[in-house]
Amino acid sequence: MNALKPTTLAGLVEAVRGVERLRVEGGRTKPGLLRGDGAVLSLGFLRGVVEYDPGEFTFTALSGTPVAEVAAMLGERGQHLPFDPMLLDAGSTLGGMVASGLSGPGRLRHGGVRDFILGARMVDGLGRLLRMGGKVVKNAAGFDVPKFMVGSHGRHGVLGEVTFKVFPRPAARMTLRLRAPGIREAVGILLEAARSRFDFEALDVWPGSRDVMARLAGPPEALGPMAIEVLSRWPGECMDGGEAGTRWAGLRELGWVRGGMSVARVPCTPGHVAGLLDHVADMHLMSAANVALVSFEPGAVRGRLEKWMKTQGLRGMLLRGDGRMWLGASCPMGVEEAVRRALDPLGRFGGPGDPDEGHDGNE
Amino acid sequence: MNDGVAVRRLAALLPPGRVLREPAHLAAYESDGLTAYRQRPLAVAIPETQAEVVALVRLCAELGLPFVARGSGTSLSGGSLPVAGGIVIALNRLNRILEVNPVERWALVEPGVVNAHVTAAAAPHGLHYAPDPSSQTICTIGGNVAFNSGGAHCLKHGMTANHVLGIKAVLATGEVVELGGASREVAGPDWCGLFTGSEGLFGVALEIRLQLVPVAERFHTVLAGYRTLEQAGEAVAAVIGAGLLPGAMEIMDALALEAAVAAVHAEYPPGCEAVLIVELEGPREVVEADRARLGPVLAASGPVAIRVARDAAERMAIWKGRKSAFSAVGRLSPDFIVQDGVVPRQRLGEALRCIGEMSGKVGLRVANVFHAGDGNLHPLILFDGREAGALERAEALAGRILRMCVEMGGSITGEHGVGVEKREYLPEMFGPDELDAMRRIRAAFDPGGLSNPGKMLARGEAPSLQHAGLHPLERAGVITRE
Repeated sequence: MNALKPTTLAGLVEAVRGVERLRVEGGRTKPGLLRGDGAVLSLGFLRGVVEYDPGEFTFTALSGTPVAEVAAMLGERGQHLPFDPMLLDAGSTLGGMVASGLSGPGRLRHGGVRDFILGARMVDGLGRLLRMGGKVVKNAAGFDVPKFMVGSHGRHGVLGEVTFKVFPRPAARMTLRLRAPGIREAVGILLEAARSRFDFEALDVWPGSRDVMARLAGPPEALGPMAIEVLSRWPGECMDGGEAGTRWAGLRELGWVRGGMSVARVPCTPGHVAGLLDHVADMHLMSAANVALVSFEPGAVRGRLEKWMKTQGLRGMLLRGDGRMWLGASCPMGVEEAVRRALDPLGRFGGPGDPDEGHDGNE
Repeated sequence: MNDGVAVRRLAALLPPGRVLREPAHLAAYESDGLTAYRQRPLAVAIPETQAEVVALVRLCAELGLPFVARGSGTSLSGGSLPVAGGIVIALNRLNRILEVNPVERWALVEPGVVNAHVTAAAAPHGLHYAPDPSSQTICTIGGNVAFNSGGAHCLKHGMTANHVLGIKAVLATGEVVELGGASREVAGPDWCGLFTGSEGLFGVALEIRLQLVPVAERFHTVLAGYRTLEQAGEAVAAVIGAGLLPGAMEIMDALALEAAVAAVHAEYPPGCEAVLIVELEGPREVVEADRARLGPVLAASGPVAIRVARDAAERMAIWKGRKSAFSAVGRLSPDFIVQDGVVPRQRLGEALRCIGEMSGKVGLRVANVFHAGDGNLHPLILFDGREAGALERAEALAGRILRMCVEMGGSITGEHGVGVEKREYLPEMFGPDELDAMRRIRAAFDPGGLSNPGKMLARGEAPSLQHAGLHPLERAGVITRE
């Protein structure tokens, strides 16, 4: 069956109303999330910026708009989405970014996708175009459904348009590589640095290494003196700007993932890091050990990883690879199904019978 | 349902003295920070443990008994107004800070913990809890979560929702759920984000895990006085245009300044019609560099005078004047209504002009204090309740201001919530389909409509209107309003 490809919000409503069951895709950069049966609804043609006013620190764009396009537009006015949106070159869309809840290293300082979404126009399971949230940087009216859409992987509604808050982009950045003999020590640096006075923009451990990559951001004249003090506290060196840029871009595009490996996003705490590392092929530890992007071999290795995650109460989301979308522990709540039915009473976006929704599905 | 049965069943759950029934005891719970509304509950239950809260909510579910969870009762939208025939669950004794984890930077607290106590517990570790509503010395975290409270530092630091990592709650159905967790990220929908700001319509939070952030090393607080409000508004636009991200940007107009002078002896440059407060914060090197950029921007904005806080004491004095402004207005007028609306930041000047015109037309004075960085207005409408029709005129003006906010593309509330106060205005912002979707979500959490009914989503009954003005605690100087 050919994909439905609406180009307008009216077309989106019509497309949703016209089918009994559907699954949504954007830029197909996180195929692990494209699960379920039914007609494919592609948002790749529902694109374009609706409003951007730098003085308001907000923009509104159709959900199929490539994040890279938005980043370029913001960049021209010295602004950005401060959480380092992922998979820009790969073609990720705003809608996919929201549905996956995937933020990048910059989420450390000011928060992630959930902290910057302000509003959404979305089609619910009854085929109604709803305008939830607001378009101004501060709003406390009504339930915060736009936040709920973050990480909702298209099961509660189809995003048609989203409004985000943006921030001024720091004038300069400097990346420091801090040496750690082992992962425990690296996590120790992450935690200490996250509490320090330096207000780091990112604190990550790069795949294949035990080095902490600490990124300072701010006025150029401030960064040099701060870097000197950071390096007097932890051994390491300042990275060349070009090299740092290349490395961060590599992380952003998942360039470190070897062929044939599955990739998942696993929210975690510092105490989980060593255990996670034992069970995966490689790992990009992000945001002072609050989230890990892990790569692993499908099959038996995944099985062992999931078994361990369950013992730790960890739950992850598959971004790339085959198999169930959820990994690890399930957190069944009675209200979950009730809310799903409230927004999608007919089960248009999945629901019962969807193998990914079952909490005890096959692994 | 028979009230006697409900009271007997309540009394069986809690020891004597923790179910209040006497009118004299109930009186203290009849109203909250929105003193215009008053309603006597059937009873007030005072649990001391999470298990008691769960048992109370399950009893309510069994009996179909409406309940309202309440902390310190500082809501300015009537969020904790009791329901006739229902009970109030007073959570002030669930005030334990269960754990402060300075390494992972979070605090696990019960809902009755006072906002400022979280920061006090985190302070020895160089950390703080960022959301700072003006009532922070008395308002509780449970209420902050229910109403997604803001404060003066929202532009950079966000609101309560941006700082809640996890919530354990008993839903109106009696189900106990754990949303979020110790990580700053979750896999799956953002349940914490949905629960925060739900105005108590889903259930009662039992435990909340809050993100803590390092206290900024350096602050640079500047107070600039202007001859006109427009100039102050233009200065805000210029600061934003320069690419700066201050921790706070606040404006007070002449009437608000007059009130602050009268109340806390705040001193402002003579000849000012408006004062702008800008605060930079961060590592000292960053603040020094930003300060060098802010200086010329403010100097070019045509101020009458600029004052820079030289030390922590001067900084606190500037903030004291600002944070006391609301209660201080009580000195200028026997009664007032506090409004809370949002307009796009660049339309602030236009919005203030409109408010001035509307205020002139109806002959009521309006003082303006606002979070200029967020476009979040707080007009204070002054009136004398003893004058026939004055309250009605004040309320009509408040309503026109909210409609103006919606027409300008803003919101009917930036941080006080809808509560009972603004539920009639929610349909100005959302259409029938959106309201229906919200009702369906509410019903998923609370099919019986028992948890804080009548708030946010309009219902049939109208609470009785009595008077407006200072809350008794405000009069006593215990609380202040944002």
